[in-house]
Amino acid sequence: MEIIKPGTNVNFIGHWKIACVFSGLMILVCLFSIFMHGGLKYGVDFAGGTEILIGFEKQVDIGEVKGVLEATGILNASVQESRTGDMTLMQVRTGVAVDSESGILPRLAGDLEDKTGIPAEILSVDIVGPQISQDLRSQAIFALFYTLLFIMVYISGRFEKKWLLSAGVAAIFVAVVYLLPRFLEGFFSLHLPVPIFILLAFIISLLVFWKLGMPYGIGASIALVHDVIITVGIFSILDIEFNLPILAAILTLVGYSLNDNIIIYDRIRENLASKEKKSFAELINKSINETLSRTILTTLTTALVVLALLFLGGGIIYYFSLAFLIGIIVGVYSTIYISCPFLLLWERRKGV
Amino acid sequence: MQERISVLKTVSWKFYLVCAAIIVSVVYMLPTFIPGIWPHKKINLGLDLQGGTHIVLEVQVDEALKNTLERRTYDLRDQLRKERIRYSSVRNLSDEVVSVRLVDAKDADAFIAFQKKEFPDLQGRKVTVGGEVEFHLSIPSEDKDNLRKMATEQALETIRNRIDQFGVSEPDIRIQGERRVVVQLPGVHDPERAKGLIGKTALLEFKIVDDTVEPSALQAGKAPPGTEILYEIQRDAFGKEIGKIPYAVRKRAAITGASLTDARVQIGGQFNEPYVALTFDQKGGRLFERVTAENVNKRLAIVLDNNVYSAPVINDRISGGSASITGRFTMEDARDLAIVLRAGALPAPVKIIEERTVGPTLGADSIEKGILALSVGCALVVLFMVVYYKVAGLIANLAFVLNVLFIGAALAACGATLTLPGIAGMALTLGMAVDGNVLVFERIREELRLGRSPAAAIHAGFDRASLTILDANLTSLIAALILFQFGTGPIKGFAVTLSFGLLSSMFTVLVVSRLVFDFLYGRQNTTTRISI
Repeated sequence: MEIIKPGTNVNFIGHWKIACVFSGLMILVCLFSIFMHGGLKYGVDFAGGTEILIGFEKQVDIGEVKGVLEATGILNASVQESRTGDMTLMQVRTGVAVDSESGILPRLAGDLEDKTGIPAEILSVDIVGPQISQDLRSQAIFALFYTLLFIMVYISGRFEKKWLLSAGVAAIFVAVVYLLPRFLEGFFSLHLPVPIFILLAFIISLLVFWKLGMPYGIGASIALVHDVIITVGIFSILDIEFNLPILAAILTLVGYSLNDNIIIYDRIRENLASKEKKSFAELINKSINETLSRTILTTLTTALVVLALLFLGGGIIYYFSLAFLIGIIVGVYSTIYISCPFLLLWERRKGV
Repeated sequence: MQERISVLKTVSWKFYLVCAAIIVSVVYMLPTFIPGIWPHKKINLGLDLQGGTHIVLEVQVDEALKNTLERRTYDLRDQLRKERIRYSSVRNLSDEVVSVRLVDAKDADAFIAFQKKEFPDLQGRKVTVGGEVEFHLSIPSEDKDNLRKMATEQALETIRNRIDQFGVSEPDIRIQGERRVVVQLPGVHDPERAKGLIGKTALLEFKIVDDTVEPSALQAGKAPPGTEILYEIQRDAFGKEIGKIPYAVRKRAAITGASLTDARVQIGGQFNEPYVALTFDQKGGRLFERVTAENVNKRLAIVLDNNVYSAPVINDRISGGSASITGRFTMEDARDLAIVLRAGALPAPVKIIEERTVGPTLGADSIEKGILALSVGCALVVLFMVVYYKVAGLIANLAFVLNVLFIGAALAACGATLTLPGIAGMALTLGMAVDGNVLVFERIREELRLGRSPAAAIHAGFDRASLTILDANLTSLIAALILFQFGTGPIKGFAVTLSFGLLSSMFTVLVVSRLVFDFLYGRQNTTTRISI
């Protein structure tokens, strides 16, 4: 059985202009959404505070629940209702970390039952103090930094076979993210958030790639950034909380998406080396078509598993799977319509 | 002929390796399904799967430093008196500095010698104020770090002792960073009692009550020098606070809980109610005897964590080294108090900065859902592989099943924890493992199309795909390692299963699948078509 007959030759590259416009729009929409929301909607892990999941055996009135919460001293809480199986779930969120020793929580289930007349059970409680949430935020940033660092190093080494350059890229990252902030603070008393330096390091590396003529490196990097922005952006548009599992999904995605790029780029190089008499665009198309079977199959099988997780996993697995699903679809798209056209543009510029 | 033998030889080597791997994995996996079958561990379940409480405590190490300096200050006064170096004042300039003002400036050298001999752990600075000489003593910074670390370690031990006596199965208590203690209590669904046990500083002090203080000053909270005002909290029958009684007590404790050797719950007294019976060590016993002898008819306040428990009148000297704490105790309260007194006081107060509790319902629910999702996902993929790749698909599925076995075994062998994201990670790697197979099969199909013989096609297919497979898995592996380094609890679990999964899938595709293929089609003289 074959999904893609051999010798298929869909003209993917031909549509690249439309695709780029589409991507550009998507990215703008995503960035706009993030901006409008005032940043990412941090979950309790990153923002600190309290999250309580309460299960009721039957339908309850949210108003009553809110009333009980206020009475027990949990103020300014947001309550979200959802259903699972035959239980009604109330997710209570407040920005303040409830004092662990205050004894509010043990009374809560009883109070709720008294007021609503329906048996309630505290399913889970997360209380995250400001120190911990701050730690988690900075750990997330470090994770991001190291991921980006390794990706850039890996790309420059693996694609361009310039391992010396990899060391150089690593040095750039370390210098910009670790030394520059200290320098700015020391001499100019300028204190900027760390993500800005990470972004700066990334841009500088791209410029280095550009200067040294490494289109594969740039193409892959841009595709990855494209994937991350759109995935995070869609979460922002859907107003979904950004928690640790989501971050994990995104970092895994980065690794996974890079695979895709590697496969196609390898094929392009293989075909280039065979010195066929074809235009570069035709060559790229051929490469994409040749790997199409594998791309679709892998994405399909991974998607099958992720869909199972999505529909049956429940709880945090739901959002994790959603992030991953969006990511792999966007990942495949970006490999074909971002990474490859970039090569094309590069060659055209260089007049090859 | 020679070729065939060497092919067989190679096949055998790989064959044994795979068999060994399978057997070892089964050995590691069995305890999870048949507990106690042999001493290997079963797979640890994370708190999100088995329910329980996770608490992170921050040890207020700077308080510990303050307390240490305070103790040294008391010792300083005593020793100065012994050495007959006259001082006009010994006082705290700040939390970190003690200043000693000498009456006679000529004693300065004597003081320096004295300090070097008796208090070498402090560093001193001589200051001349007016015509008088003052010495500022403080704890050196290098020592501060050490003391902070020791405070945290001591807190760890104390908490561990308390939890041991509380009776939780397989608690996990460890230090995190410089001053944090992470406590994981699986299966504990009522964290309140556990928190009460852990969080109590449990500093027990016996302080003499100063009855000469005017009631009005008492109410106003004004304490004469050398004393402090502490309160006894009055509770009604339901344990609710209804009032506070102030006591003026001497600041310096006559005896502390450090002198205790035992604390036990006994039943007795007027109403046959529970009380805590204390036993002092020899030195403490003698001290207790002396204090009671010197203070007959005065009240002795029993202070726990700066709250007065009770303040009975000392009728007579008490020898024998035992005392008791009575109060409105439930059996549970008394037991918990005995536990904390036995385990000792925390060197500094601890603050709970993170608490996560998963109830049993949610835990069981999560396992169920996770395993269901995993099974369904796998079933779908297995089905697909057979339909699309036929017998080759079956081979891929065999490798697939082995993956699950290997991942589980690796988890059990390393004592790693399986969390809900971990199950998702497993599912993910299984989906991604298919990628490896697909790469190989597609290459094989391509080679077949180019007209190669089955054996050559297989050979070429595996060879050319190997590098790409290693490559592709490597990037995901790097991501997993980073997540492991920077993630917490459940995310670490995810990173671990992801990593094991990636390594295992590389092994099964490159070694196991190839083995089976070679076995079925490897013989040079066959021209059977590969079912792929």
